[in-house]
Amino acid sequence: MVEFLSFREDDATQEPTVTVEAFTGQSNSTAVRIEASEDARELLPHLGRLSLVEVNFPAFGDGRGYSAARILREAGYGGELRAVGDVLVDQIVAMRRCGFDSFHPAKALDDAAVERALTRYANAYQKSVDGRAPIWAKRHPENLDG
Amino acid sequence: MYRYDSYDQSMVDARVEEFRDQVQRRLSGALTEDQFKPLRLMNGLYLQLHAYMLRVAIPYGTLSARQMRKLGEIAAKYDRGYGHFTTRQNLQYNWIKLADAPDILAELASVEMHAIQTSGNCIRNISSDQYAGVSPDEVTDPRPWAELLRQWSSFHPEFTYLPRKFKIAVIASDEDRAAMRLHDIGLKLVERDGRIGAEVYAGGGMGRTPMVAPLIRDFVSEDEIVSYLEACLRVYNRYGRRDNKYKARIKILVHELGVEEYKRQVEEEFAHMRTLGLNPPVEELDRIRAFFAPPAYESDLSEDIDRSDPAFALWVDRQVAAHKAPSYAIVNISLKPLTGIPGDASAEQIELVASLADQYSLDEIRVTHAQNLVLPHVKKADLYAIWQKLDEAGLAEANLDLITDIIACPGLDYCALANARSIPLAQKIAQRFANAERQAELGELKLKISGCINACGHHHAGHIGILGVDRKGVENFQLLLGGSGAGDASLGQITGPGFSEDGVVDAIEKVTDIYLAERTQGERFLDTYRRIGMKPFKEAIYG
Amino acid sequence: MKILTGNDLVSGDVIWWAGDGWSRQVGDSVDVGQSGDDLARTEEAALRVVGAYVIDATVTEDGVRPAHIKDRIRALGPTVRPDLTLKPNDADTGNWVI
Repeated sequence: MVEFLSFREDDATQEPTVTVEAFTGQSNSTAVRIEASEDARELLPHLGRLSLVEVNFPAFGDGRGYSAARILREAGYGGELRAVGDVLVDQIVAMRRCGFDSFHPAKALDDAAVERALTRYANAYQKSVDGRAPIWAKRHPENLDG
Repeated sequence: MYRYDSYDQSMVDARVEEFRDQVQRRLSGALTEDQFKPLRLMNGLYLQLHAYMLRVAIPYGTLSARQMRKLGEIAAKYDRGYGHFTTRQNLQYNWIKLADAPDILAELASVEMHAIQTSGNCIRNISSDQYAGVSPDEVTDPRPWAELLRQWSSFHPEFTYLPRKFKIAVIASDEDRAAMRLHDIGLKLVERDGRIGAEVYAGGGMGRTPMVAPLIRDFVSEDEIVSYLEACLRVYNRYGRRDNKYKARIKILVHELGVEEYKRQVEEEFAHMRTLGLNPPVEELDRIRAFFAPPAYESDLSEDIDRSDPAFALWVDRQVAAHKAPSYAIVNISLKPLTGIPGDASAEQIELVASLADQYSLDEIRVTHAQNLVLPHVKKADLYAIWQKLDEAGLAEANLDLITDIIACPGLDYCALANARSIPLAQKIAQRFANAERQAELGELKLKISGCINACGHHHAGHIGILGVDRKGVENFQLLLGGSGAGDASLGQITGPGFSEDGVVDAIEKVTDIYLAERTQGERFLDTYRRIGMKPFKEAIYG
Repeated sequence: MKILTGNDLVSGDVIWWAGDGWSRQVGDSVDVGQSGDDLARTEEAALRVVGAYVIDATVTEDGVRPAHIKDRIRALGPTVRPDLTLKPNDADTGNWVI
């Protein structure tokens, strides 16, 4: 079983996260935690000083965190983006596609199931923020820049 | 028709293996039912009243003969010899074993079919006009757009855990045969200045808070539709209500924000989205479009139909629609025999329709949201032969859009959510109005029955609608009048206190009597209702 | 009386707690008293049932009769397809549920 997963080259940020309110109110923290109901766009003016954004999933069926992740990556955030909370193995692929690069689920994941999930889909239909060429781009290589 | 390439096939094959893995984890106990439920629902597998139910996607209601044949084979091999066509143009099997589900999906994948996203809080199967590509009144075939959106919405990484389910319909003619404005998003393709684009409607739906979708943008071009829909969905995913599942559909968000504010937020998001390179190049839509190019219709065929057999002539007048190629016709096959179950077809009937499509309809079949089937490309010269074969199989009922062409959800006979049985009531109404002349006299009269407030039977959109409720453990039926899912979309109004099963049949008869007495030349039931209002009907029913 | 019902995990069949195991026949149901919820949890954990729940029922001359129409339809099968019910040769079988 695996309690923490990272897909980053660098080491995971160890700094404890603060709330969005605390983060935007002071300047020395570099790690923040977003709750499902919070607006990721509040962080956009501060992306330069962030090294970790933790997005909490209070329940696996609450999909707001997927939008939060993509919004941050679309705005150019390059630091660690960590999914925490009710994160299940069957969701890792979509979360990776939305820009999450580390995972700290409330319940440890089965390594073999993670491995199977991550290698199962060789292709994806949509362009997202994970740098993968969507199927339509592969079909029309002359348009690979999309 | 669209055909998978190796990419499409790889996605569907991977899904089969993923689901096989999930089922195996469930059967081994590694997954609890609470954990498994959302996973199986995302693949159309429900636990229903009597067994597991599998809902198979029929994208935009189009099937090849080979696909149809496979649906019949699965019904015979894994189910109890039949399937049920739904109001979302899909097919449901009622008696599926969990252990068989992965094998069934593998069989479906072998004919380029799947059950992906036929349930769950995600973007569902895209529905469309059953006459797409053959209707004389369309500006373009809407199915290439629907296929583009099928691919865009399949396994969408951001929109798989929406607040609630999300249904999209695409049409391309003024006559709306797909209840487009009763969808979460409805697209109507239009031509402006020589360019094809979409009018976008958002926030429609039925269920317990029915709403007709307002227009939110009057033109989105084909090279920006994906980024525009991403914007619509992102606003919904972020701000749609998650505290109450009965208020979680996009219609509530649009209603609570107000149309203008929702539009403003979508436009703001769209301004951002359109810079991200999310749209496939126009070459991709062109690639898809090539699959839907009109088939090679034969020319110099006879346009005459020999009407000497009166039963055949009656069927032609009722079930056959005009095709854009003059010597061809569109054949509607009724799945509403008077004593049957609306939308059900046996494995043998499914096989028959597949073979008719092979032989007479250029290999194509459509499923309608009214739970009927369509053979879209039939030579007029072949109509008589088709009718004879349909008649032998009990599929030649001539009741399209008449009072016995009833939409009914499965109701309490099959559905765990239902409060009352829909099918026995549909059968009683059909028997009361069985006389063909009487049906013809009443003309177009769309009757729709739901067994609970979730409205799978579209009762809000029926000229006459019926809603089954549970009154202290006894089935009770409310009557609604004046709904429409067509281009003139409107929501039905409840007449008053509910009825027993027999009582509601009597009430419908009184309603039709008022219509016959009050109508003016050429008025349909709905027109008369709209002109004279609820009062006279109410007086007749309760007076 | 209180009886326990659910669906067989593998086949999906409607099943009824018969005291020493599960039965396809509602008539085999036994009164579970106050132990239904515990039994449901144990049996679900043992992968023998899914979606188990306790319902009210009475004993009539026709045997055990669930109090609610929904469970009577579950017990019998779809009333519109007598051939697929547990009493396929009884054309009037649908009347039992009403």
